Amino acid sequence: MSNFVQANLPYLLAGISVGGQYALIAIGYTMVYGILRLINFAHGDVFMVAGLVMVYTTTAMPMYLSIPLVIVATVVLGFLIERVAYKPLRSAPRMSVMISAIGVSYLLQNCALYFTGGLAQVYPTIPWLSNSVTIGSATTKVVTIVTPILTVVLVFALVLFIQKTKIGMAMRAVSKDFETSQLMGIKINSVISMTFVIGCFLAAIGSLLYFTNYPSVIPTSGSMPGLKAFVAAVFGGIGSIPGAVIGAFVIGICENIIKGLGSSWTIFSDAFTFVLLIVVLLVKPTGIFGEKATDKV
Amino acid sequence: MEKTLRKDPAGKIGAAISACLIAALYIFLILLDNVLPANSFTLMLIPVLKKGAIYSLICVSMNLLNGFTGLFSLGQAGFLLVGAYAYSIFAIPADQHAAVYQYFDGGAIGFSIPEALSRLLGENAGNFVGAIICIIIAGLVAAAFAALIGVPVLRLKSDYLAIATLGFAEIIRAIFQWNGLGPVTNGSNMLRKYTNFSAIQIGNIKLATAFPFFISMICIGLIVLLIHSSYGRAFKAVRDDEVAAEAMGISLFKHKMLSFVISSFFAGVGGALLAMYQTTIQANAFKSAMTYEILLIVVIGGIGSISGSCIASFLYIACNEWWLRFLDSGSFFGISVPFFRDGFRKVVFSVLIMVIVLFFSRGIMGDKELSFAGMIRKHRNKTAEGGDGQ
Repeated sequence: MSNFVQANLPYLLAGISVGGQYALIAIGYTMVYGILRLINFAHGDVFMVAGLVMVYTTTAMPMYLSIPLVIVATVVLGFLIERVAYKPLRSAPRMSVMISAIGVSYLLQNCALYFTGGLAQVYPTIPWLSNSVTIGSATTKVVTIVTPILTVVLVFALVLFIQKTKIGMAMRAVSKDFETSQLMGIKINSVISMTFVIGCFLAAIGSLLYFTNYPSVIPTSGSMPGLKAFVAAVFGGIGSIPGAVIGAFVIGICENIIKGLGSSWTIFSDAFTFVLLIVVLLVKPTGIFGEKATDKV
Repeated sequence: MEKTLRKDPAGKIGAAISACLIAALYIFLILLDNVLPANSFTLMLIPVLKKGAIYSLICVSMNLLNGFTGLFSLGQAGFLLVGAYAYSIFAIPADQHAAVYQYFDGGAIGFSIPEALSRLLGENAGNFVGAIICIIIAGLVAAAFAALIGVPVLRLKSDYLAIATLGFAEIIRAIFQWNGLGPVTNGSNMLRKYTNFSAIQIGNIKLATAFPFFISMICIGLIVLLIHSSYGRAFKAVRDDEVAAEAMGISLFKHKMLSFVISSFFAGVGGALLAMYQTTIQANAFKSAMTYEILLIVVIGGIGSISGSCIASFLYIACNEWWLRFLDSGSFFGISVPFFRDGFRKVVFSVLIMVIVLFFSRGIMGDKELSFAGMIRKHRNKTAEGGDGQ
């Protein structure tokens, strides 16, 4: 066992780090799904846009200004997407909303392609986060250690927010029963907007951490992490925040261990996530922390 | 009253018009391949026609699943990939294997179906028949994959089905890129040098453009026949209300499976044609973005309309490859526009698609079909009404 840990320490560390980043994206998926019953396919692309905004803002202003700006821009983008692309379809069939989400994803990717000119944009080095640090036999970046801690802190804050505040209570009510909560006087649109704001805020932080580990951002950078984060949300039980976080860590760690098995297996590190998804959907479609099945199967 | 009881001639006239138009289309396509000079116009037109025909088939196959059976599947790219690979693996001439499978010692398959048939039937007939056999194999392999995937996946509903099929498409892509299968699939390297459209001819008549039309039209025709059969009606019943359909004695799983397998068969055929069109294929290109693109074309055409999917495919391909090219070129009728640069076309496109999704969700055709018989009836009713009014 200790030999295994020794040999795989770099992969384990990378897995925990990536897992934390997936967790931050997965929360956005799980909250939106919990409330709107919508797979927000555009969420991964919002995450990518946050990376690109970071690239562009750091060329114009110092880092302590650009990081808050990235977060604000991402939140505004998420808010606008909900208002423009999802709100008009609130009474439409679920398939239409999902098609709209795919359309938004397509739009964001194409806009990114246009603005970047198709070139990979070099992600700026965030001081301190990019510093090297040595743990045991493995050398890694500070971000690897910061990510899980920050993720846990943010998730804890979010759970408190949902449990203790009035808007958090409204969110829980809406995710339980959309129509009844409307009758109880909950302003459904502001609750939904709040969900998107929180989801995008966490995605922006996730993108800051995620892209620090990668040299560059391309227009399709967001789609794979987005899909994996969604799988994490399903694995943990859609609608459940702790479930999404645990699912994200499991996926992050497993895919990195698969990468560590040897070069011929690397190709399956992405496929593993989807195998996990299918196994979960077949064996326990409500996920590990999910509530009772409604109409999944 | 007497008029409506009499046998309606509009159907016959409509069929005659359609037959004439199809004949004219093929004459035009054959002329285009053989007689008409290659100029800047035909150089743009020919690829658009080929790709449009192929995309029509692919979109109709997706429409069969999403529009007519109500299964929201996002696995189309996976089946295209299977079809494209199955076709090209069996269509690479034996003497090219060493070059194509250079990292895998010439690969595991030492023959090519078009080549083997060429020896028997002569080169042209061999290529023609061989390509068709390979296309059918491509469809069958894709259908076999669908049958395997369908067993677990078709128990899921709506968005879970969507994400699971999307997941399977990604798994298929990973398997085809795996080096362990390298001697067959060439790993993550591209497959090339297989029989493509330019090799298809009868006698001295080249059929490079007519061939994809021919195959697509037969396949779409089969899908139309299927939709009008009792199975097609059962598919629509499943789409409209699963519980009611089941109560009427329609086996949900059987019909979903049937629709999934048939749709994948035609997606496989579409993938084979796409491989022929592109002349090289690589598994890496068949990402989920491809499925999204196809889905958006189906939505533009109208979910549940075969003719809508075909019209939208040709429109989409023509705009994408030809008519809206100027948006990328930096100038518009000689006036330079600074923001017209690479990628602007795609942005305009995606905005248009969003407008259609949000405000015209029925697309071009809704769930209606384009038919000449229908037009004639409509026209006649209109003139009859006009006559009554006087």
